[in-house]
Amino acid sequence: MIGCALKQGDRVRFLEARAVSEAVASMCVEACTRPSEGLRALLVKAMSASPMGPGRSALDLCLRNLDETVSTGLPICQDTGIAVVFAERGNRLVIEGGSLREAVDRGVEKGYREGRLRNSLVNDPLNRTPLPVNSPAIIHLSEVPGDSLTLELLVKGAGSENASASAMLPPLAGEDGITCFVRDAVLAKAACACPPLFLGVGLGGNQEMCGILSKKALLRPFGTPGETPAQKRLEERILAAVNETGIGPQGFGGPVTALEVRVELAPCHMASLPVAVCIECHAHRTARRVL
Amino acid sequence: MKRIIADCGPGPLEKLEAGEMLYLSGTVMACRDRAHRRMAELLSSGMPLPFDPRGAALFYAAPTPAPPGRVCGALGPTTSLRMDPFTLPLVAAGVRMFIGKGPRTPQVTSSLAAAGAVYLAAAGGTAALGGGCVDSCEVAAWEDLGSEALYKIVLRDYPVFVALDLHGGNLFEMRMRK
Repeated sequence: MIGCALKQGDRVRFLEARAVSEAVASMCVEACTRPSEGLRALLVKAMSASPMGPGRSALDLCLRNLDETVSTGLPICQDTGIAVVFAERGNRLVIEGGSLREAVDRGVEKGYREGRLRNSLVNDPLNRTPLPVNSPAIIHLSEVPGDSLTLELLVKGAGSENASASAMLPPLAGEDGITCFVRDAVLAKAACACPPLFLGVGLGGNQEMCGILSKKALLRPFGTPGETPAQKRLEERILAAVNETGIGPQGFGGPVTALEVRVELAPCHMASLPVAVCIECHAHRTARRVL
Repeated sequence: MKRIIADCGPGPLEKLEAGEMLYLSGTVMACRDRAHRRMAELLSSGMPLPFDPRGAALFYAAPTPAPPGRVCGALGPTTSLRMDPFTLPLVAAGVRMFIGKGPRTPQVTSSLAAAGAVYLAAAGGTAALGGGCVDSCEVAAWEDLGSEALYKIVLRDYPVFVALDLHGGNLFEMRMRK
């Protein structure tokens, strides 16, 4: 967490924890039951690029599913996942009546309960007793200048998350090594991850930071390439390499295995090249609020 | 539009071909990882399962809670690969149809056809569509497992693809041969 010092005379704004919870609850329901317009356009484009066959038929089902979600209000996917929340809190914002952790978790619990979303968490990875609520959320908090709270939610199912991977590559592995690593991760498990995929690639930082970057990359809006020419070039290169595999929609074969690749970079140690690929299914579910 | 019934017996299964799309109706038992472990424990100790496995269909799935006025919430497949360590004893007990998503281990892939069992792949992430193909849905056993309980679900025209047929056809290898 990066801090921002409060100066004497700075005005502080108060925000009720309950308002945060309400926002998070509505974000959970919105992410799970309201497909974004951008997603439909990408799937339509993928379908027009696909020859007749089971892969194309699977894309057709994905599109019909979006229609069904809109008309029934049912979740896009039954795996309503773990709630991953990226929170940016202004340094002049004080949350009243509870911590941010409590506010977010109460919101997730309310959203999953009232939205009839599936609870999928167990108490711990060894004992594995189902939890009666879908909290705790995974929260990545950073402090920024200002007095607002920006919340970004990624609802992450296990099918795609289980296909994700990370590695510490040799520092000079370069674009070749990174592309190879991502393609191999896709070849190993992506047929189980509900392709066509979105791939978040985190490069740099260290072992845990590259994973967080790979998640954050998935929050970038549809159709937005990376800021630098190097990011953009690598995104295009990885997308081509992944689509070359022919895995196709649902693993049924076809020219579209991934819809988008997003690369995020961070400074790293001269001796390291940390890389993580967060694999995301076609049912990409996000929501955003500024409070 | 080709249709199939989940517990149809061997005749109709013979006619299925890898790669074709079907609309599946009838009774399936929906179960995930921990229900599989319990089934494996019962089978290995010679105890009966909570349902008759002879000719049965297993769907790797757990729905979202049903909203008011609907029999089922969203419903779709989970990754089949995770159930593979438990699959062959279930085939030996008589299960003849599996529905899930993604490829299977080489061991399961090479064993199903000889036993007369097929594997159908559903489209993951299309669960609003799936929830609309349900006539009834109830917990059949192991409610203590929460979302991992065993469910009895009656499907109506649920879209699936033949992934492993009885003649050695494999949908997931068809793309590799191209």
